Amino acid sequence: MTPRVVFPNKILPYLLVAPQLAITLIFFYWPAGQALYQSMLKEDPFGLKSKFVGLDNFAKVLSEPAYVNSIKVTIVFSVATAAVAMGVALLLAVMAEKVVRGKGFYRTLMIWPYAVAPAIAGMLFLFMFNPSIGSVAILLRRLGIAWDPVLDGTDAMILLVVAAAWKQISYNFLFFVAGLQAIPKSLIEAAAIDGARETKRFWTIVFPLLAPTTFFLLVINTTYAFFDTFGIVHAVTGGGPGKATETLVYKVYNDGFVNLLLGSSAAQSVILMVIVIALTAIQFRYVERKVHYG
Amino acid sequence: MKFHAFAAGVAATLTLFTTTSAFAVTQISWWHAMTGANAEVVDKISKDFNASQKDYEIVPVFKGTYPEALNAGIAAFRAKQAPDIIQVFDVGTGVMMAAEGAVKPVAEVLEGAGMKFDKSQYLPGIVGYYSKPDGTMLSFPYNSSSPILYYNKDIFKKAGLDENTPPKTWNEVWDMAKKIKTSGAAACGYTSTWLTWIHLENFAAWNNVPWATNQNGLAGGTPELEINAPIYVNHFQKLADLAKDGTFKYGGRTSEAKQLFLAGECGILTESSGGLGDIVKSGMNYGIGQLPYDSDAKGAPQNTTPGGASLWVFGGKSDEQYKGIAAFFAYLSQTDVQEYLHQKSGYLPVTLAAYEATKKSGFYEKNPGRETPILQMMGKEPTENSKGVRLPNLPQVRDIQNEEFENMLAGKETAQQALDNAVKRGNAAIKEATGG
Repeated sequence: MTPRVVFPNKILPYLLVAPQLAITLIFFYWPAGQALYQSMLKEDPFGLKSKFVGLDNFAKVLSEPAYVNSIKVTIVFSVATAAVAMGVALLLAVMAEKVVRGKGFYRTLMIWPYAVAPAIAGMLFLFMFNPSIGSVAILLRRLGIAWDPVLDGTDAMILLVVAAAWKQISYNFLFFVAGLQAIPKSLIEAAAIDGARETKRFWTIVFPLLAPTTFFLLVINTTYAFFDTFGIVHAVTGGGPGKATETLVYKVYNDGFVNLLLGSSAAQSVILMVIVIALTAIQFRYVERKVHYG
Repeated sequence: MKFHAFAAGVAATLTLFTTTSAFAVTQISWWHAMTGANAEVVDKISKDFNASQKDYEIVPVFKGTYPEALNAGIAAFRAKQAPDIIQVFDVGTGVMMAAEGAVKPVAEVLEGAGMKFDKSQYLPGIVGYYSKPDGTMLSFPYNSSSPILYYNKDIFKKAGLDENTPPKTWNEVWDMAKKIKTSGAAACGYTSTWLTWIHLENFAAWNNVPWATNQNGLAGGTPELEINAPIYVNHFQKLADLAKDGTFKYGGRTSEAKQLFLAGECGILTESSGGLGDIVKSGMNYGIGQLPYDSDAKGAPQNTTPGGASLWVFGGKSDEQYKGIAAFFAYLSQTDVQEYLHQKSGYLPVTLAAYEATKKSGFYEKNPGRETPILQMMGKEPTENSKGVRLPNLPQVRDIQNEEFENMLAGKETAQQALDNAVKRGNAAIKEATGG
């Protein structure tokens, strides 16, 4: 039986937690409470007239076709971004393992893009893929591809996914490299002696053993695509053409700050808050506990 | 003992400090959204005003883009920290007007300071736009612009067009654009910035057709959009048809299309007169024409409406501050200040005297085209259709219109469908905003 550690002083422990509590209260509970309160009001932008409307804003938001569209856009965007970012990162990590000389240098280069801010990444891709002046766009046109992200919703979505995934590849790469290093070489060597080829070895040994890393990254990447890509959407497409790339987070901004519909915007952010809480709960309850092969 | 002396000292200094600053100068904060050369104009005007007298000090603060500045102002008002003066773009005019109680009409500010606001000294099209239906001036027009046509003379020559004859009507634009495209003089014939502002709001005014009921929303109430009338449908169907083979090229919702023109990709551009600076800077061989009109419209061309921004005064400030603001506005109206603002920034002068003075100085002969937007706006007495448009949620309605245009230009909708949808969705949003 382990003895319980008890502070001799009754107040000290509270004092020690106080700064953290204060930060959480000020930076999380207070704004979250404000959002919740705002989401039940119908108000003009200046707050001169406000009316309590209960859950009206939520009912309106959820019955709005634009909101349903925005959910679809977010799912397509998040799944594609996570898949591309993780797929490419895994491929690069596996390949990096094979590099004999200059491994460290190669890996360092791979990590750099992570230091680029989302809005900057967005601008970079915007320039490269700009239909009239972008170098990549000109290349695409020479190849006979009608590239037009300004009017074609699919092209715009591809552009966003590429820009968002590019930024996340470095992060994923780092974790995959670490995951790969944790796999005992003896297992792979044993399989090789048994006559398993490289592809077979990857799918039967390496990939399953990477599962904890993969699941962890899946949650991280989905959260990233959901919530951290505002800067990219804002810089690259602004939600257009039409509403083809209006993600949930972008819609919160657009309805709140451009259209000045504060109640609706607040209701949407409360819904997003619920989604974040759910995603985090899933991560804690299932991913961290159940995915263990080691 | 020591501490007490120190505290007393601090208190004394503080009192001294606050009293001197209160008696010496009244600070007036001015939040704006100007960048580049236009920001320099803001700073110079403020500095000159501060040097011209001793009682007030204008403190300009850059607050980001137009929407960002407006949002900063709204947030500050809600936190009871509103600035004294805020620059709000044309689209936000309806938002500010709906906020009675948050703002103090400029007419009242001037009268409170014992000054008279003489309307006849100002350009009528501009003053009308920033006034209530009863004529009370609500905000001070600071920077105004109007859409005009630019064309690339080199491309015109290559296409076999007369480089000194810009198109006058939209039909001429379509024909010339086709010629530019088919002759291979440029990859695209025509492009335009701000479709909502140029092809709807100014299209309505210039052709003297209604944009919405209730005097385009100027009379208040719950206006209904009328932008799916045949004249609009024909116009946009032409644009959609020309977009199919690239004769018309869409750049984006705001001023992106200017790049297409600057890069020599398109031969003709419709853009704000405020965009002239970049075109001059590019060194291209350009020409300027009036905004084209629809040859089917009776009495066209009428007059165009102002874009740009105006200065709003927040309510709840001290009398001393309002006196300072009034003094600043009086200073801004001075002919030499207006002349400087007009010639340096490319925006329109707001007083007739400044316009006449600029004309006399020979500025327009040296800078052809600078007068075009003024002539467009002053040509005729504005009608109910041409005083401008106003909605409490114009940014949102423009967003809806842009989305439908993009669907139309991508070939997903016909012009009729796109405009019908824009009217339906727009009206629902307006109804929600006005509570009507």
